[in-house]
Amino acid sequence: MCLAVPMKVEQVEGNPEDFTSEQLATVNLDGISKKVRLDVVDRWPEVGDYVIVHAGFAIHSLVEEEAKKNIELIKELASHMPEELLLGGDGS
Amino acid sequence: MKHIDEYRDSALVRPLVDELKNSLTRPVRLMEVCGTHTMSIFRSGIRTILPEGMEIVSGPGCPVCVTSASHMDVFIQMAELDHVRVAIFGDLFRVPGSNGSLANASSRGAKVDVVYSPMDGLELARKNPDDLVVFLGVGFETTTPGIGATILAAAREDIDNFCVFSTHKVIPGPLEALMGDPELKINALLCPGHVSAIIGAGAYQPLVDKFGLACVVAGFEPADLLKGLILLARQVSSGKPQVENIYPRVVSWEGNRRAQAMLEEIFEPVDMEWRGLGMLPRSGLAIRDKYARFDAEKRLDITVIKVEEPKGCLCGAILKGRNTPPECPLFKSRCTPAMPIGPCMVSSEGTCAAYYKYGQDS
Repeated sequence: MCLAVPMKVEQVEGNPEDFTSEQLATVNLDGISKKVRLDVVDRWPEVGDYVIVHAGFAIHSLVEEEAKKNIELIKELASHMPEELLLGGDGS
Repeated sequence: MKHIDEYRDSALVRPLVDELKNSLTRPVRLMEVCGTHTMSIFRSGIRTILPEGMEIVSGPGCPVCVTSASHMDVFIQMAELDHVRVAIFGDLFRVPGSNGSLANASSRGAKVDVVYSPMDGLELARKNPDDLVVFLGVGFETTTPGIGATILAAAREDIDNFCVFSTHKVIPGPLEALMGDPELKINALLCPGHVSAIIGAGAYQPLVDKFGLACVVAGFEPADLLKGLILLARQVSSGKPQVENIYPRVVSWEGNRRAQAMLEEIFEPVDMEWRGLGMLPRSGLAIRDKYARFDAEKRLDITVIKVEEPKGCLCGAILKGRNTPPECPLFKSRCTPAMPIGPCMVSSEGTCAAYYKYGQDS
């Protein structure tokens, strides 16, 4: 639900100033690569930064050091939650 | 529970527990309004080490739980239309309306797709040109900007068979309404983590000014949570309430301006019905007229009819922090995670589900 997972940015596409461009980042968590939207991220990320992802959208950029702390926590929470909840977005 | 034992013995946590005890010189009754906080507080066993004089109440922090039965009925009504396919976040599937859930409708043949992102809903629209795909918009400020961005993408690509039924809700206004209830006697607020990433820690300042409420924005780790509780206890004890932010790596005072701009572009404030809290003025977000073609309420000429909540279910009072799940006559008897009656048992982050899973004393 509210779980928003930090993922490492490998590639950035689109123009932060141009809402009509496809604003996408390729992110990676534990070897799984996926594309997330950057339409509403607070700060346009650089490759190597992390983004906190909620329901397919990055909502916040973090530098690596900040992100590592969050990832440990999410993993711990994740080990106690059904998988569909982690990957499945829902309301919050 | 093993985890709790480890937690109690943790060298990191023990001094914090002692500090919490020392900081508490006046009773603290605090509310948390975030599903992840609910789960994290239970899982970490924090409830078992709370000193006397400190009480934690779960508020309306789970968006699925506060979705009214009237809205669930409308969702089901739309899903059963021939040419409509609804796209939903998974937690919504089994939430009961006044007569069954989307899961029941789906088994009768209604087209219900569980998606991870609203963008997946747009993809469904591309793949199913003969259906009108209706994304059921449920969520707080964390979720709604992404749904706004999806509407913008639909406009950009001129995808005509996609729309959103918005029951989106905002957090600060309803909290003000709740805190105005003298019976609740809440004097401290553990502010939600990721909602705050969008709206900013500054959004809670009016609660400090108006109600003298102690406010702390905290992360989700046991040590973060304990630190939050200590700061809240100190604020109440000193009689100097303020907004403190101990999750600055994610939450700033101003919040996420780009997401706020997205909300402003697509949505406007509207009165909204909350399960348990009733109709609250300007507590919801409706799609602006400019984007009316993506507004399911206008496209399908749907009217929301107010229905009663399930009989005997205390979800409403639980969402307000007035009752705890074990006080509900249905809890663990007729209402279980396998056969939920109320929404707080359906959502894994609902208060009833948390009590069920971790036990009321843990």
